[in-house]
Amino acid sequence: MSENVSRRQFFVKLGVVLNGLAAVVLAVPVVGYLLAPILRAEGGQYRKWIDLGELDEFPEGQTRLAKYKNPISNAWDGATDDLPCWVRRVQGETFQVFAVNCAHLGCPVRWFPQSGLFMCPCHGGVYYRDGSRASGPPPRGLFQYPYKVEGGHLMIQGGELPTLASPSASLQKRSEGCES
Amino acid sequence: MLKLSKIGDWFEQRLKIGPVVEETMAHRVPTKSASWFYVFGSAAFTVLLVQIFTGIMLALIYVPSAGQAWDSLQYLNHGVTLGWYLRAVHGWGSNFMVALVLIHMVQVALFGAYKFPRELTWIVGVFLLLMTLGMAFTGQVMRFDQDAYWGLGIGAAICGRVPFIGKWVVHLLLGGPIIAGDTLSRFFAFHVFVIPGLLIAFVSVHLLMVLKLGINEWPMPGRLIRRSTYVQEYEEMTRKDGVPFVPVAVWKDMIFASVIIGCVLVCAAVYGPYGPSGIPDPTIVQTVPKPDFFFQWLYAVLAYLPPQMETPALLIGPVVILAWLILLPFFAGEGEKSWKRRPIAVVTILIAAVSLGTLTHLASYTPWSPIMDAWSSDPVPVKYLNGRTPLERQGAAIFQEKQCRNCHSIGGSGGMRGPSLDSVAVRKTHAQLVRQVVQGGGNMPAYGKNLNPAEVAALVSFLDTLHPPNQPPARDAAAHVSEENTHFATGSGKQ
Repeated sequence: MSENVSRRQFFVKLGVVLNGLAAVVLAVPVVGYLLAPILRAEGGQYRKWIDLGELDEFPEGQTRLAKYKNPISNAWDGATDDLPCWVRRVQGETFQVFAVNCAHLGCPVRWFPQSGLFMCPCHGGVYYRDGSRASGPPPRGLFQYPYKVEGGHLMIQGGELPTLASPSASLQKRSEGCES
Repeated sequence: MLKLSKIGDWFEQRLKIGPVVEETMAHRVPTKSASWFYVFGSAAFTVLLVQIFTGIMLALIYVPSAGQAWDSLQYLNHGVTLGWYLRAVHGWGSNFMVALVLIHMVQVALFGAYKFPRELTWIVGVFLLLMTLGMAFTGQVMRFDQDAYWGLGIGAAICGRVPFIGKWVVHLLLGGPIIAGDTLSRFFAFHVFVIPGLLIAFVSVHLLMVLKLGINEWPMPGRLIRRSTYVQEYEEMTRKDGVPFVPVAVWKDMIFASVIIGCVLVCAAVYGPYGPSGIPDPTIVQTVPKPDFFFQWLYAVLAYLPPQMETPALLIGPVVILAWLILLPFFAGEGEKSWKRRPIAVVTILIAAVSLGTLTHLASYTPWSPIMDAWSSDPVPVKYLNGRTPLERQGAAIFQEKQCRNCHSIGGSGGMRGPSLDSVAVRKTHAQLVRQVVQGGGNMPAYGKNLNPAEVAALVSFLDTLHPPNQPPARDAAAHVSEENTHFATGSGKQ
């Protein structure tokens, strides 16, 4: 009698183990699916070189709004793929390209050429012409995109929403651009 | 009638739920608990049903695609019969839902209903509050306009402040590198499938416990709760002084719920649906994003927190508050139930209510936001230009041109970010004004970087004239005394 019971118990345990195995095997693609937005990033970053236009479109000493299409996109993104950035041509081929996202909480900052200030409408953050913090809640200056001039075109390395966790610019580029 | 009862019998023979339903309807509740103070939970539940119903109706047409959501909302507003009204009911229902959940929570706290043996009911309730706020946030995102887009950006920026894993949290929240189609899709899945599923499950558990444990009895000052004796005392009270739930207690629930639904329907008809506002095009930087009313207190908090405090406050504050709420029944699970003998509870709730109310009120007119077009649309009042020298008038022109008006009001119009300047000359001397303009300080940038000395001179000469006509401007006391002494010494006779 006890042998019959132990065989049934064995099969129940086998059933549990097999179902457990199935769950683990199923979990791998599910976990991969859920973590795809993190795993998709090449080398942990979403960065591609983007053409902002010819150098002539950015007169020296001025800050202008440039628009580009995000290189990492889907067909149904609609207007959310059209992204802006503030391009400041300091002199010659020296630029500073600022993200419109305020360093405080990401609202779009507005440039006022008369007073040389970027103002954020949400919580009153203000930045100077060179992107450094002037006043208000932002903890740092504006985020900047790494840039290069190639073939008479201004290119920036972008594709990702700038936040304090991934401010876009490397420290090297930031100190370069801060001369005003 | 005979046919109906025969049909009923056919179902009952197969479902066998008759006895359970009858027992639930007829179960006895303490007499004094059949009170108007106890109606808020069922009203919240009723509004939840309205939200589920209107939500399903909206989902028949709404397209959760970043490129087409806005268009489908316009179609709902203008192209579908009473589509605007369904949207309005859903939007106003969400306002009432948050309000009712909060009022219910306050009533439960004041009546000590979180104490033994209802600790788990309270904890489930705290999670229900979180889920309600989650529905509110994801629901805002469904109305995919500029407020929703930049609101998502703010959510991502807050997630970006999480140490070490911030970048990953941002990518998970957005479903990718930026706010795009993937973002709206996952927020739709949360708003329509995940959170409602959890809500239904948790509400069922919450209600089941209310039925099994009995509704909280009316708190009596002096009647202390002890784990060892409460259950027997409650059962005795219900036996001796109890009334059947249906019909004695339930009619107040039903009437209040119908009144609340009526209010939602009237507000929806009078005020109409919420937006959508502008197309969620990130290149439109001329926008002033604002959350719906239930998050406006947070909007105000984020404006006033000093920069260094912000990340710790955002990441640690909610955890502390949540932990305190969940652990409340464990450090206050026995003792007095009546609010008349619990001053700490009353004061805490009052402070929370006044804070939330004040912050929400401030967010209704956002004094901390510069008014972006004040410099170009509000002219300098004529009374500040009459009888001024050309230099002073040039200063007024500079005052306008350099966006000072965006943050400072004169003549009653302009920004409120900084103090109004109608009588600034009474508060600051000429030298102090020069310092303030050039060096700024606090919430003011240093304009010395953007003004040449001639512009500073003109601007300050204009500011020097801003004082009430009967009041002399501020003067440097030391300079005045040294002036007088100089005149005495040289004998020029100035007294």
